[in-house]
Amino acid sequence: MATPADAAPEIETSQVNYLNVEHGWKSWLLTTDHKRIAILYLISITIMFFVGGAAAVAFRINLLEPEGIFSPETYNRLFSMHGIIMVFFFLVPSIPATLANFLIPIMVGAKDLAFPRINLLSWYLYILGAALTMYAVLRGGVDTGWTFYTPYSSTYSNSYVLAAAFGVFTAGFSSILTGLNFIVTVHKMRAPGMTWGRLPLFVWSNYATGLIQVLGTPVLAIVLLLLAFERIAHVGIFDPNIGGDPILFQHLFWFYSHPAVYIMILPGMGVISEIISCFSRKRVFGYNFVAFSSMAIAVLSFVVWGHHMFVTGESMYTSLSFSILSFLVAVPSAIKVFNWTATMYKGSVSFDTPMLYAFGFIGLFTIGGLTGLFLATLATDVATHGTYFIVAHFHYVMVGGMVMAFMGGIHYWWPKMTGRMYSEGWSKFSALIVFVGFNLTFFPQFVLGYMGMPRRYHAYPPEFQMLNVLSTAGASILAVGYLLPMVYLLWSLKYGPKAGNNPWNAAGLEWQIASPPTTFNFDETPVVTEEAYNYGPVEEVIG
Amino acid sequence: MWANMPLLAEIPLFPPTASAQAGPIDALYWFLVAVSGAMTLLIFACIILFAWKYRRREGVEPVQIEGSTKLELTWSILPFLVMLVMFAWGAQLYFAAQQPPNNAMEVFVTGKQWMWKIQYPDGGREINELHVPVGQPVKLTMASEDVIHSFSIPAFRVRHDVIPGRYNSLWFTPTKPGRYHIFCTEYCGNQHAGMIGWVDVLDQRAYANWSSGGGTQGTLAEQGEKLFQQFGCSTCHLLDQQGRCPMLRGLYNKPVQLNDGRTVLADDAYIRESILDPNAKVVTGFEPNVMPEFKGQVSEENVIQLIGFIKSLSPQTPASQQGPQQRPVVIAPRAAAAGNTQTQQQPQGR
Repeated sequence: MATPADAAPEIETSQVNYLNVEHGWKSWLLTTDHKRIAILYLISITIMFFVGGAAAVAFRINLLEPEGIFSPETYNRLFSMHGIIMVFFFLVPSIPATLANFLIPIMVGAKDLAFPRINLLSWYLYILGAALTMYAVLRGGVDTGWTFYTPYSSTYSNSYVLAAAFGVFTAGFSSILTGLNFIVTVHKMRAPGMTWGRLPLFVWSNYATGLIQVLGTPVLAIVLLLLAFERIAHVGIFDPNIGGDPILFQHLFWFYSHPAVYIMILPGMGVISEIISCFSRKRVFGYNFVAFSSMAIAVLSFVVWGHHMFVTGESMYTSLSFSILSFLVAVPSAIKVFNWTATMYKGSVSFDTPMLYAFGFIGLFTIGGLTGLFLATLATDVATHGTYFIVAHFHYVMVGGMVMAFMGGIHYWWPKMTGRMYSEGWSKFSALIVFVGFNLTFFPQFVLGYMGMPRRYHAYPPEFQMLNVLSTAGASILAVGYLLPMVYLLWSLKYGPKAGNNPWNAAGLEWQIASPPTTFNFDETPVVTEEAYNYGPVEEVIG
Repeated sequence: MWANMPLLAEIPLFPPTASAQAGPIDALYWFLVAVSGAMTLLIFACIILFAWKYRRREGVEPVQIEGSTKLELTWSILPFLVMLVMFAWGAQLYFAAQQPPNNAMEVFVTGKQWMWKIQYPDGGREINELHVPVGQPVKLTMASEDVIHSFSIPAFRVRHDVIPGRYNSLWFTPTKPGRYHIFCTEYCGNQHAGMIGWVDVLDQRAYANWSSGGGTQGTLAEQGEKLFQQFGCSTCHLLDQQGRCPMLRGLYNKPVQLNDGRTVLADDAYIRESILDPNAKVVTGFEPNVMPEFKGQVSEENVIQLIGFIKSLSPQTPASQQGPQQRPVVIAPRAAAAGNTQTQQQPQGR
């Protein structure tokens, strides 16, 4: 109250920030500060990322030899653990629970999320879910794949299906609470003057994500409960031997899990919009279309799940409908790619580390998206279903897309979150390593897939070996690319130079406050008078 | 240097093209590769061009651009039109893949952890080996004893899930003699990767030689007939007159009137269900709870044999030649026959 708003910049003198305002483990575990919860989440999901990644490295080593190196039991548990951890405990919470948790209140000009305690509860639910799943892993693992298909999972599997399923069930609630918090915050907590048309695109994409989280995740909870009923009480729901229908499981599972891939990519798209704009020094080309496309994706994502079931014998006309709808959902994704590219036109482009990740994202997401068309097309889906083609496609979107965006976002906002700057050379080098390693890992898998190599095979015919060896070599390079940032980012916490409040000279509310921010972000509620990407007045309108 | 690496030349990068449907699917695949390749190049070229041409330089200010509705509409609608071509092309091939020709040879496949069991109409049986003659359309009718499997032959570009509790089918016409992989492509447990087999495409002469070694226990129908006696089916399902249960001669692929008013086609799926769970669909005029449930009593392979037997009781009429406009078979039950002089039904084939 004492400090006038226009004196806010360059408050290097005020050393109190959200990190050092309180000390001791209690001040972290009982915090309701969205920024501290974001850090808690960041630490948790990073641990899970490396656990899931270690499993991937292990099974890639197994695939060096056609006959496999580990036992099938081990291999099946490794890929299941990799999928379950990466999807439910890394990708789904990755950007929403960390970067968005940290940034959304700041970007809309609020002191915190609408429900700070629920935000903390969501982290505890995540930890409980992760603990249950890790319990399953430590007891001997689960071997159903992340898809838990019935009746294998409900009747036949002799692994810790229930513990893993309850882990995912619990983590689902943490996801719902995060989404709910974002929706309410965006609706009710925007600062004066922060109209919907001025919201950063990162907020738009996380708002759309929140809608999917709130509407879709309960269906996952239902299907996992039904699975548990059948496994525990032998109630015939999915197993045809006791009167169930295995296809019902797939309908319910994909009704969540297809929208869920958009939970995993939409926030990444938001990050890319922010980065491209900042490092081109340009407003985002076609703001309205980019914002609208996030909402279109959120809505359409709910009506495409049947494309996972083209070879189950669903009726031809059902398949036809899901095929055309799947093409339709590709349009808003294409709109985004075109607009990001156009944003650079007549810009002033610099090649800082976040921008390198954004370039990587656009390239890899483009390939991931376009190969999705092969799977929306009925005949080519039949030819590639259940093969490495699918594996390559979704890794191009999930890893080439979302993980690239996550890394880009971390590098972009690291100075804001920690107040420190990391090594420029090392960070650019590791961005390059990630790009090379990624393509070497997953591009050969497209070729393997069309040749027919099925996914989830611990052993394979010898003619597939060379491409598998290439893929494993790529995975080891990729692993280095992910380990390096761990080193130089942690190093920067202690030895990195002070970053200043706005090291990128970016527009956007988050760059107008201190780095690291104070507990309540703003000394006074800001009054917003301009658009999110005000890098200068509009000088040109094309067409 | 590369000349010393013969390995590179030997790595296969594309599957064999060994069925009539593989060529058209490959054509669509290459169309998709070409379109996606062009789009990828376009995007990459724009990014590299813009990043270089508009790289940050002293004294050069960016030009702020609002956007362009015209451009937005162009790059939304044009790609979608191209996608409509993909959609229609893919749908057409998918539809064709669901309609086996009338002269297709029928082979039965039962998936179980972790093997493929093959049964031929002549009674021959194999495990993880499927022999088919070149140029002959083949229809596979597939069942699962346990979990979901998926039957795929990459060289033929065909695949269908094999879901327990129902029949699943696919068809192909092999065009090139050779030996090709069969893979299970739906994760089915421990030895999922071991659930692989071979399809042997033989030329006509080799096939004739091979199949002469056929079934040692008689044809599929004869095997089914044995089971029909063994399970006591014949006590109620009399062959040439109406017993306590419907007579089965002439039944196959005919519409059947049910006691709830519905009419269903007596195809493989119906007969299978009626063996395993007889009360699911009761023929009009007959009592429920007469026939015991055979669920869990007979294997999928037995069911296929029984169906083979029932099929042999009908004139050889391909399923697709029998229109749905046929009148339902009227099966006069013995119980109803008391006040009803109607005689045995006549086969309705024409």
